[in-house]
Amino acid sequence: MPAVFVAVLFIYPVVTLLARGLTVDAGRLGEVITTGRFQRVMWFTTWQALASTALTAVVAMPMTWAVANRRFGGRGLVRVLVTIPFVLPTVVVAGAFTALVDRFGLDSGAFRLRHTVWIVLLAHVFFNVAVVVRTVGGHWSQLPRAPEEAARVLGAGQWQAFRHATLPRLAPAILSALSIVFLFTFTSFAVVLILGGPRRATIETEIYRWAVTRGDIATAAALSVVQIAAVVALVLANIALTRRLASGTGTLDDRAVACTTGRARAAVATAIGVPGVLLALPVLVLVERSFRSGGNWSVANYSGLRERVRVLPLSAVDAVINSLLFGVVAAAIAMIVGGLGSIVVVHGRRSLSRVLDVALLLPLGTSAVTLGFGILISLDRGILDLRSSWWIVPLTQALIGVPFVVRAVVPVLRAIDPATREAAATLGASPMRVRREIDLRVGGRALVTGTGFAFAISLGEFGATSFVGRDPDHLTVPLAIARLLGTPGELLRGQAMALAVILMVVTAIVVLAGERLQPGAGSVL
Amino acid sequence: MRITTRFFYALFAVSLCAAACSSDGGADADARTNGDTAGEVVLAEPDVSEAADAPNQTFGDATDCPTLTLATHDSFAYSDGLFESFTEATCIEVEQVAAGDAGQMVSAAILTQGNPTADVMFGVDNAFLQRALDADLFSRHRSPLLDTVDSALQLDDQNRVTPIDFGDVCVNYWIDALPGDAPTSLDDLIDPVNADQFVTENPETSSPGFAFLLATIARYGDGWEDYWQALVDNGVTVTAGWEDAYYGEFVAGGGERSMVTSYASSPPAEVLFANPPVDSPPTGVLFDSCFRQIEFAGVLTGTEHPLAAGELIDFMLSAEFQQDIPLNMFVYPANGDTELPQTFVDFGALADEPLILDPAVIEANREAWTDRWVEIVLG
Repeated sequence: MPAVFVAVLFIYPVVTLLARGLTVDAGRLGEVITTGRFQRVMWFTTWQALASTALTAVVAMPMTWAVANRRFGGRGLVRVLVTIPFVLPTVVVAGAFTALVDRFGLDSGAFRLRHTVWIVLLAHVFFNVAVVVRTVGGHWSQLPRAPEEAARVLGAGQWQAFRHATLPRLAPAILSALSIVFLFTFTSFAVVLILGGPRRATIETEIYRWAVTRGDIATAAALSVVQIAAVVALVLANIALTRRLASGTGTLDDRAVACTTGRARAAVATAIGVPGVLLALPVLVLVERSFRSGGNWSVANYSGLRERVRVLPLSAVDAVINSLLFGVVAAAIAMIVGGLGSIVVVHGRRSLSRVLDVALLLPLGTSAVTLGFGILISLDRGILDLRSSWWIVPLTQALIGVPFVVRAVVPVLRAIDPATREAAATLGASPMRVRREIDLRVGGRALVTGTGFAFAISLGEFGATSFVGRDPDHLTVPLAIARLLGTPGELLRGQAMALAVILMVVTAIVVLAGERLQPGAGSVL
Repeated sequence: MRITTRFFYALFAVSLCAAACSSDGGADADARTNGDTAGEVVLAEPDVSEAADAPNQTFGDATDCPTLTLATHDSFAYSDGLFESFTEATCIEVEQVAAGDAGQMVSAAILTQGNPTADVMFGVDNAFLQRALDADLFSRHRSPLLDTVDSALQLDDQNRVTPIDFGDVCVNYWIDALPGDAPTSLDDLIDPVNADQFVTENPETSSPGFAFLLATIARYGDGWEDYWQALVDNGVTVTAGWEDAYYGEFVAGGGERSMVTSYASSPPAEVLFANPPVDSPPTGVLFDSCFRQIEFAGVLTGTEHPLAAGELIDFMLSAEFQQDIPLNMFVYPANGDTELPQTFVDFGALADEPLILDPAVIEANREAWTDRWVEIVLG
């Protein structure tokens, strides 16, 4: 079922588009990759993605440590709040970043940030910290602590214990999360365009430029082939590395301990607080703006949203309902496909497992233009003519959400001690029962984590869905915000900010509710 | 094959007029005397009885009311219930789909040419028109209301597209933030008094940005490269899109620059959506910089309902639809008989002599111009 899903919604459309592009002019591929501009773009795309990924890891790890190892008030909330950046439209975040840069005088002299690569990296960290904190943190909190304790008893320092006892067992989860961050930043579009300034281009912005602005599908397809090849290579390398690492065995329990000393509390506060400021500041700027109306503090921007604003086809409430509906459906599809896909990847036949492992991750590393246009030209006949269907939007969003589910669940399932399964089987449990009782219970938490991302991906309206025709009655919050910001007038701008804040709050509530439903949630929240 | 297809659509157009314009028998004749090419006259001439071979269009028959899909760009907006009277009068239902910005919409339509996702497309502008026409996106349809439209807006003499609205992309300035006098000509933008004051959009990622580049080419001809070099020397800055120019660098959003590439209709929007309310806009328009943008609608080739699609286009040129345009989309109605809302009359002047370029010239030179622009401005 997961294989069919990916084949129909991803591989078939993308191959159709690439075939169309390369039939027009097969020689383009050779010409394109030899140009100096292409090589510069490819180089920039790759190094900024690597740098963003590394920086995200550095910023996120202390927070991950705290969330995974210490019990403290608001621990569950932190796991939820880091997800918020995911749903914010880039143009809104860019505005908040620019305002921050202005406020702290970082736009003059040596600290000029606007239109530099630094602000691109910062924004990428802002968007992606959640991926590490949530997927690695979940796994980490379930790791048995005995090896560390043994190491400490044998005289190892805290760092040594982490380095030799924790890190090797955590590595598959870290690599898994970082592969997501890498793909995400490798295909970065709006952040690079808006914050990076007009001189910076990634392969993603180049594909858009050739396909949309210049209408040259041959060149766009050639670039897309290179992009996909690069992504496949990186994913394969990542998977090979992950498989080589013997993963530790995890169990269902949350192993975090309470903070007993003042020092422990201070450590948690620092680990959460320092990166937290980076995440919180742009969000606070938005909140502040949403409460500014006509030069005063007021809730006018919010109350104004109760009625339909002239530039929108429906009321803000309807837009929120639409977003939620798409989000829940997309998350459900991603959960089912991603969950089943993870089981196949872990337990399936070797060849199928390998192929699916790559294929399920690939949509995240593929150009939105390629996928969006591919859907338009391939899913156009008979029962597959989904182009104008309501379902195409959540289906496409689920496609981008599935990798998050798979990357969260697979490392956890791999970490299940084979002895546990054997024991269950020996005790007379059928293979189905073993899977249900053990895999689902152990993987359940990771499944919810990944599904939370899939939901956020849908709410954030990433990528390909903007190329598919949308019924205006199904307008979602990010599209409504874009409309409000597309017409001059302070009134509309204030309402756009208020709508962005509503989007954040709604996301937080739904993700929080989802996490409370998960097995064993009581001990985490 | 292509000619045959076109031929049939031409027949459809004629038979549609026979059906739809029965109250206005002169419309068909107008099509032939109103500057249309001889080619179309020849195509439209053959025996109408051949139209009987075409798929049955039982039009106006309540048992067979087609549902049309209208593809538009994301900025399309209209008042509630606008299409209801059209449905009542014709029994044709209209479903709208928004398909990204104008560039995305046209590129997607070209990819799906012949098997379109919609029946009618609205929102292709003069910057993308030639690309759409070259790709055979549209079938001919001459609206009987076309005579109400200024001939300067009618850019396709074969009537494959119908002008629906127009507006000007112009440099706007924030009146209270200007370092000197209000600019009156494009040359004022390269005056050292206005150093570091101007922000515009990248022509490769923004429609107003491309329109402003075209404005400079229309004004200076081959001298446009020198003009842009002068703009660079005078400290112009470039953003990816309109939002980050207007709300990022321009004074409106807290930025420091007092001049921005926007629209002639931005000042009325600044009044209508002001907070707190104002009597007059805080911004003004540099009319010398205005490039005319015309938005068209067309019947997509491959639609199963060409006749009904033509009716929809006629409706879009009717008084009811045209009056709805200004305050929803902040552009001007193409039908010259339309009454304008007061805010537009008061604050939304158009350029008397806007700059414009032939769509064919734009399409032929787009790559060369933008490549050269990138070299000059982004180095």
